[in-house]
Amino acid sequence: MPDTRHEPIRVGIGTPLDRVDGPDKVTGQAHYAAEYAVPNMLYGVIVSGRIARGRITGIDETAARAVPGVVEVLTHRNRPSTPWLDRNYKDELNIPGDPFRALESEHILFSGQPVALVLAETFEAARFAASLVDVSYEAAAHNIDFEASLAERFLPSKKRNSYHPPKNHGDADAAFAAAELKHEARYHLATEHHNPMEMHATTVDWHGDGTLTVYDKNQGSQGVQSYLCNIFGFSKKELRVVNAFVGGAFGSGLRPQYQVYLAVMAAKHTQRSVRVVMTRQQMFTHAHRPEADYTIRLGAEATGKLTSIDGDATTSTSRFENNMEDIVIWGMINYASPNMKGEYCVAPRDTYTSADMRAPGAATGMTLFEIAMDELAYKAKVDPLDFRLLNYSDIDAMYRTPFTSKALREAYRDGAAAFGWDSRSPEPRSMKEGRELIGWGMATGLWTAEFVKTSAKAKLTADGRLEITSATSDIGTGTGTVLVLVAADTLGLPPDRISVRIGDSDLPHSPVQGGSRAAASGGAAVQLACEAVGKRLLKAAEKVDGQPLHAARSIEDVIFADGRMILKSDPSKAVSCADAMQAAGLEVIEEEQTAQPGLADRISQMTRSRNVHSAVFAEVRVDEELGQIRVTRIVNAVAAGRIINPKTARSQILGGVVMGMGMALHEETLGDNRLGRWMNHNLAEYHIPVNADVHDIQVIFVDEPDPDVTPLGVKGVGEIGIVSTAAAIANAIFHATGQRHRSLPITIDKLIGT
Amino acid sequence: MIRFDYARPTDLAEAVREGSGEQVAYLAGGTNLVDLMKENVARPTRVVDITRLPLADIQETEAGGLRLGALATNTETAYDERVRARYPLLSSAILAGATAQLRNAATNGGNINQRTRCYYFYDVGTPCNKRAPGQGCGALGEVNRIHAILGTSPQCIATHPSDMAVALAALKAEVRVTGAEGDRVIPFSDYHRLPSDEPWRDNTLRPGELVTGIDLPPEEFSTNYSYLKLRDRLSYAFALVSVAVAMRLEENRIAEVRIALGGVAHKPWRREEAEDILLGVSPDREAFGRAAEVLLDGAKGQGANDFKIPMARKAIVRALEQAAAGTPQSQTDKRIA
Repeated sequence: MPDTRHEPIRVGIGTPLDRVDGPDKVTGQAHYAAEYAVPNMLYGVIVSGRIARGRITGIDETAARAVPGVVEVLTHRNRPSTPWLDRNYKDELNIPGDPFRALESEHILFSGQPVALVLAETFEAARFAASLVDVSYEAAAHNIDFEASLAERFLPSKKRNSYHPPKNHGDADAAFAAAELKHEARYHLATEHHNPMEMHATTVDWHGDGTLTVYDKNQGSQGVQSYLCNIFGFSKKELRVVNAFVGGAFGSGLRPQYQVYLAVMAAKHTQRSVRVVMTRQQMFTHAHRPEADYTIRLGAEATGKLTSIDGDATTSTSRFENNMEDIVIWGMINYASPNMKGEYCVAPRDTYTSADMRAPGAATGMTLFEIAMDELAYKAKVDPLDFRLLNYSDIDAMYRTPFTSKALREAYRDGAAAFGWDSRSPEPRSMKEGRELIGWGMATGLWTAEFVKTSAKAKLTADGRLEITSATSDIGTGTGTVLVLVAADTLGLPPDRISVRIGDSDLPHSPVQGGSRAAASGGAAVQLACEAVGKRLLKAAEKVDGQPLHAARSIEDVIFADGRMILKSDPSKAVSCADAMQAAGLEVIEEEQTAQPGLADRISQMTRSRNVHSAVFAEVRVDEELGQIRVTRIVNAVAAGRIINPKTARSQILGGVVMGMGMALHEETLGDNRLGRWMNHNLAEYHIPVNADVHDIQVIFVDEPDPDVTPLGVKGVGEIGIVSTAAAIANAIFHATGQRHRSLPITIDKLIGT
Repeated sequence: MIRFDYARPTDLAEAVREGSGEQVAYLAGGTNLVDLMKENVARPTRVVDITRLPLADIQETEAGGLRLGALATNTETAYDERVRARYPLLSSAILAGATAQLRNAATNGGNINQRTRCYYFYDVGTPCNKRAPGQGCGALGEVNRIHAILGTSPQCIATHPSDMAVALAALKAEVRVTGAEGDRVIPFSDYHRLPSDEPWRDNTLRPGELVTGIDLPPEEFSTNYSYLKLRDRLSYAFALVSVAVAMRLEENRIAEVRIALGGVAHKPWRREEAEDILLGVSPDREAFGRAAEVLLDGAKGQGANDFKIPMARKAIVRALEQAAAGTPQSQTDKRIA
């Protein structure tokens, strides 16, 4: 046996690696959109409207304009002209409807709508002047109450591109009617706002030569670039968008937000650099997770085997766009049932359009479905985990296609073992310690594994340094770190020799970061680019005296390690990358490649389902008399294919779980329907979990080799952590207390009773 | 935020002079005032920064109690060895509030003078009689899950958000103030007021008056006490309901007890009748329940906060149990004993 203990550890895919930009972030070297120092800049402060629907009848700017330092007050009356047609305002998500245009006209569509932008030489002057803009309105009748809006629910004729209509099978109604066991209930999720730590912000650097750089908080620089160019008439050479660092987004940055539109409009109008930063209150005037209503009917044999799945869901949207989510399909995909059907509608209300928020659709639909499954498990008197195994489907039960992989059984097994599920006492209210009732609950998580066209460039210099570039974003997930690991893996270089630049529209093409697909897609592109560099290195090695690698026909025949190419068939023969470049007279090797699903992939996508799965186990302790809940343990076992960086992947799951705890217990935007306005629009009253709420969270990645799902076998982990975490907690609360809560969040008042 | 003049006096007389007139605000820790100024809720035209005044000490009083300087921070007060040993109820209540960072900046005078957290008060795009008299109360009939159930008026259903003040009410502290007309001492129960038809007045300070300190009487309640706070998450949230109990037992009978509620009214809520019925009684759940009923007599929900009535009843009973048993609620272990 060779002694391998002293061999250098090869860093690559699967190695836990600290964030490569961590030191920059903690030392203030990482600049966010509102932090770029631009000389001679104007500060823009947005004036938010007061009413929910109606029109502006007058704006008195006199006092605002009299403030020293105020340069301009932009309103619908004096704004520069912009294109007429909606298509100029379409963004990458292409939501059906009329995209919102700030300061477009006197019409008010939602409370908090921007009605003026005050521009001044200092932030203080702009903020003061903004408080002096006096707007009068004529209000029209409005409604933001979701329950009331259900009366107007409908299925839009033009669907959102990402929408997947449910596929029905058999006769769900008849099967339900005939079922030995039935469960039917209505479930609800409150409106939630994304609230990333960094507010939406834009700094426009107006260079004065007809070009501009737009530092903007978003999830896709090139999508925002196209949007701005289409509206403001710039070419992509003239207008560059940079989102090098993003302080969280959770989906709120998938679409260009109104501050970037206003900032560029103001810069063009004043021919100056401009910064516009939203306030926290203004963060409650745009993207939010739709409120949801979901009626679930489940029929089963006496054993608990499902015979019918029937879901009917509605989510909220605005009156000007129809945002749609996939709510009802998740349970149908996940569980075997001969009969299934789903219905889905949207309900319009007088708010901004709802938006994708971490695991859009699944975080709502799968979570609520998993509460219903728990209810039926009790009716069937089957352990909740056994109940899911009883109804396990090896294929996608709705599309009736095989999965590229589905290690959910393994996730159930490993998660249950880590949690100690087998020592659970089945009866509700049967576990207690001191005054606290203890409950154990579980649920199944489901999300998609996607791969989209993405480009990357790899540039190797003679000093042995590699630079990776791609326009992809890092909204806090660790994208850059993952790309470094893929490059290190492909070319056998240590990570400290590799630098990465992302978040810039000038860099190779990448779509908006969302849907847990950046690692799979960007990683594939980096691998291709690095392989192309590798091929040129191997070619260059031919110039090395003696041609030690002449036996290598392709890069498949060599191993890249420690900056060298080593012949697989004879490891004594090797050439260092530097020597190869020197021999060939190369200073730089630069290769750009694009990874995209080929024809075979596209066919395969139709014939095989690609999903990431999880099994979530939760322990809660409830002081029933006082309604206080503590989530003392979570185990989340995830089957997500190949994990590139276990460290940042774990962080993604931890963050998702904490967000799921918020969904279960805290997050809820409270609306005043008389005013048509969200009221708890600050982080003191819009609650998310704090450290005291977060106890022990264990993340498990189960082994799931899957060479077919995406080129690297990666499924993505950005969303799966939140999916069904709230269901596991709600189910644990039932187990602890015997109280079944079907409306999330389960706040203290719901538990305390009377 | 509007433009304002700024003064930073170094002695009290100068501060009082600077503080006279209309639309003046005293600035100490700034954890609440500065937020309110940024949101255009507070619009002082003059800000008098009092942080250089010599009011940061915690001293013994001649009566045998402690005087908490108005500018001593919440952290300094909560961790002061004398406060911890003799007035653990106060220490506990302070530590139940806000976050370590906020408590490091917030002062004792500022704490009792903080404004309500009513959503409408904070949002200048909505009506609020407290912020803009005559506009009406937005919270009535709408979003009011954090609002008052006791002592409300048709003008205002806001609550006072302080935890510290609830303990000070139970301890029968006194507030020392100074102003153009000289010094005054205000019993804590008279310091905050109910909204009545002047909801913009949170307390009984006269215009220009400044809090210089808070006196704690000699009675300490260091054995049988508890501060129990119920909220929407386990830290960094204002009380939905909180209960401060200070109790003295003699031969297992209640010789003295004070119960003050937070999160339920425009001021810390006490009612001596509720305390009196427990005198001479040996601690038991039933008696505590009767006291709770008396203390909550007349409580009225506003719709979204109806739950506060049963929540308060249960919390009072539990806090009394904790106090009587000598097992006060811990503010670090979030499990409720």
